[in-house]
Amino acid sequence: MTLDEVKIGGLGASRKRVEDNRFIRGTGNYVDDIVLPDMLHMEILRSPLAHARITSIDTSKAWEIPGVHLVLTGEMMAARNLAWMPTLSYDTQAVLATDKVRFQGQEVACVIADDPYTAKDACEAIVVDYEPLAPIVNPEQALAPDAPLIRDDKEGQADNVIFDWEVGDREATERAFAEADHVSTLDLHYPRSHPSPIEACGSIADFDRSTSKLTVYMTTQAPHIIRAAVALVAELPEHMIRIISPDLGGGFGNKVPVYPGYVASILASILLERPVKWIEDKSGNLISTGFGRDVYLKGELALRKDGKILGVRMHTDSDHGAFFADAQPSKFKIGLMHSTFACYDVGAAHLTARGVYTNKAPGGVAYRCSFRVTEAMFFQERMVQAAADELGIDQAEIRRMNFVRDDDFPHRTPFGFLTDSGQYGKCLEVGLEAVGYADFARQKEEARRRGRLLGIGISTMTEPLGAGNSREYDILGIKMFDSAELRVHTSGKAILRTGAKTQGQGHETTWGQIVAHELGIPAEDIIVEEGDTDTAPFGMGTYASRSTPVAGAAVSMVARKIRAKARKLAAHLLEVSEEDIEWELGRFYVRSAPDRGVTIQECAMAAYTNVPDGMEPGLENTAYYDPPNLTWPFACYIATVEVDPETGVWDVLNLVAVDDCGVRINPMIVEGQIMGGLTEAFAMASMQFITFDADGNCVGSNYMDYLLPTAWETPGFELHEVVTPCPHHPIGAKGVGECATVGGPAAFVNAVMDAISHTGVRNIDMPLLPDRVYEALSTGRDVSGAPPVKTDES
Amino acid sequence: MTSLFSEISPEPAADVPVRRITVTVNGQRRSADVEPRLLLAHLLRQAFRLTGTHTGCDTTNCGACTVLYDGQPVKSCTMLAVQADGHEVTTVEGLAGASELHPVQEGFRDEHGLQCGFCTPGMMLAAKALLDRNPDPTEDEVRWALSGNLCRCTGYQNIVKSVLWAADKMRGPDTGGGGDRHDEEQP
Ligand code: FES
Ligand code: FES
Repeated sequence: MTLDEVKIGGLGASRKRVEDNRFIRGTGNYVDDIVLPDMLHMEILRSPLAHARITSIDTSKAWEIPGVHLVLTGEMMAARNLAWMPTLSYDTQAVLATDKVRFQGQEVACVIADDPYTAKDACEAIVVDYEPLAPIVNPEQALAPDAPLIRDDKEGQADNVIFDWEVGDREATERAFAEADHVSTLDLHYPRSHPSPIEACGSIADFDRSTSKLTVYMTTQAPHIIRAAVALVAELPEHMIRIISPDLGGGFGNKVPVYPGYVASILASILLERPVKWIEDKSGNLISTGFGRDVYLKGELALRKDGKILGVRMHTDSDHGAFFADAQPSKFKIGLMHSTFACYDVGAAHLTARGVYTNKAPGGVAYRCSFRVTEAMFFQERMVQAAADELGIDQAEIRRMNFVRDDDFPHRTPFGFLTDSGQYGKCLEVGLEAVGYADFARQKEEARRRGRLLGIGISTMTEPLGAGNSREYDILGIKMFDSAELRVHTSGKAILRTGAKTQGQGHETTWGQIVAHELGIPAEDIIVEEGDTDTAPFGMGTYASRSTPVAGAAVSMVARKIRAKARKLAAHLLEVSEEDIEWELGRFYVRSAPDRGVTIQECAMAAYTNVPDGMEPGLENTAYYDPPNLTWPFACYIATVEVDPETGVWDVLNLVAVDDCGVRINPMIVEGQIMGGLTEAFAMASMQFITFDADGNCVGSNYMDYLLPTAWETPGFELHEVVTPCPHHPIGAKGVGECATVGGPAAFVNAVMDAISHTGVRNIDMPLLPDRVYEALSTGRDVSGAPPVKTDES
Repeated sequence: MTSLFSEISPEPAADVPVRRITVTVNGQRRSADVEPRLLLAHLLRQAFRLTGTHTGCDTTNCGACTVLYDGQPVKSCTMLAVQADGHEVTTVEGLAGASELHPVQEGFRDEHGLQCGFCTPGMMLAAKALLDRNPDPTEDEVRWALSGNLCRCTGYQNIVKSVLWAADKMRGPDTGGGGDRHDEEQP
């Protein structure tokens, strides 16, 4: 009798999450919950200025405060060759500033004391003299010929350019533009945003002098990569470093980079020979840790008059702040920006991209996004809408006409990626149907007559997920792949460990489901552990929606290795040759006598009690999975909005999402991810951004100024699905955690632009705050959001 | 007993003023010697080791630190520990009975109302406070009651469902989902 896969928690089961048991009881184990004997506390003193030379630091008053054990400055770090550290993008970043400060909030000194209150007191007692320098707050200023040099610490750095990069076929693109009936252009700014998980960053470093072993509990999405980085910085061999990433209160890309606080706590622990805990406060987190976006996009589309896209040209200037500090798969300096227009059949494309240094916190992290795909897809969908408007073509029709067709896969995108599967047209039709597209035009007309402004916005996009493969993707030279290790115990209960690291995505639940699917062992009999470099196999961590595409595939593959060995054991137990054995979920049987069989649990027992001659005992294995290609989930998001012409306030009437992420392991979790992603998309479109004034002061250093949507503002969402299995993923899954964040913003912005299209306004930069919409409505002009947004003079 | 954090500072420094307070936490009377500036959130987390109360922002915005203070939801990052002297505090650890989960906890688990779980204790306590005063809230009333609590993972939709699920369960089978209506104040 075959097991019911859904009942045992296999593929397709909306299995309740196992991790929830501890979270709903308040017994989760986040970094700040951990207390070690003899532990000290560290606080960081940050720069109040965006750009200034440090003339002196006087720490004498801080040392005098009872309970203070250590005051660290850049000079002391420099004496140990630790004032600077390598970043994950082959740049360097100051751990504690020595020469000058380069952004507001930069780390200048650290105090280690008995408790955090005393450490904070002591930070306030440190006197730093700054000689202010002119701050640079946007790429235009950074690229000016007379711009002050921000990174004068770097030999050979003569300007503020980090990279100047080009991809695509310039000539073919020029030919396409020459043949075009119409050229559509748009300038966009994708504003700087902070991923802002509710839990900030933190670490507890514990150096044990007797064993020379360094253990660090850390809020990190990528413990193994961090271990490699720490080995480089601390000059300790890797086997003497153990990174433990316990429960994380969200990550969204913010917890990928290496932060100075981690490094300083490690040095402090080595110097003091005691555990040192550093827990960042929220404003420290908001002003100094990995930002996303901040890209200026200039785009041109070459079109035939019937709407066929002939070519795409794009230039981007991205603001990376003072240090190029995000994780980048090295070949692509601006991530996967050139995945733009991947779902459309476009003949030619050409992209130039510059990255610049400014006096802002290090940015460019892939905030709920795989390496700049969010900006690429936003650009794509805003361009397509603008082109449709200009040519007077229906916005659904222009997409239909240009989509890659279902039978055109594998498809080579204009920048050379290979996409493998998709039903783009079907997704769109499902969405249009659900939103009542045909009827909406009529409603909109009627409303218009009564002075109400309704609008509809479509965003259709495909996202490249699952970095690797290892040929093309690496971080600090370490190839991108992922891993899983499965140990099946005597009774058939098992422990699975992977090189990924959940931050709320529910790995403990879904990985068990994959094993249940492959082996028929009930998911509840499998526990999952991640995040400890001493026990987990080497892996690249969790970001860029790569868990299911890569680590999830490794889980499948290791389970298949276990099955292969179990099959040999089954043949031995059933006393037939292996060729005569058949498999059904949870059971091997003799082909000619289906009643004669053994369960996977019986095979597990045999692995420890009754192995054939010559076979190694035990039932455990490890798989490293190097994906043959990226996976390409597709989605269609359609928003309808009403704009109040009197105030510029807009409300979401409806948001329909159709996601094709391939096979869904746990539909409940997939839907949870989509809803979370849509909320972040709504946030970016409507309110969430961090900007800077002309002096480089960060406007948005706490949750009063950095607006995040609450349950009250967040609209409801209507979810639909289309399933096109990924042909090269072992279970056909594609990844989904970010799709809605990537594709969603354009749906909201396109909807608002549609509602006010009668004014002739072509663009309002995000977030579409009521004052910006009102300004557009009342002036009929585009509204730029590029910082500094408002200065005293303006 | 403790100046700031018991595990690291058993003896308060001589010049630090301390005050003895007694708080009933999850039904249990507990005393501590605290500095007047110590925040309630830190008293609970560090001195009493009740780490289910999380701190996300320290500025009364995120709600992760929400606890019930004499039954009312408060943000424990913005209250001093001394203000709790003589009062009752309920934290997430006190939500469940000896063996049973509180319906709000069940609701969050059943309706997938959490992902990373960091906002969850605060959300659940805010939800409990709502249901205690309004057993039959509308969706809007739930959204309004939770608007002091931020979640970055879930998008709230399932959190709202979780609370409505708990309301249903708490009203029991006999009420037929009805019950008196107390309108929440809304803007
Ligand atoms: S930590 Fe108290 S409200 Fe955020
Ligand atoms: S579940 Fe992560 S913040 Fe709410």
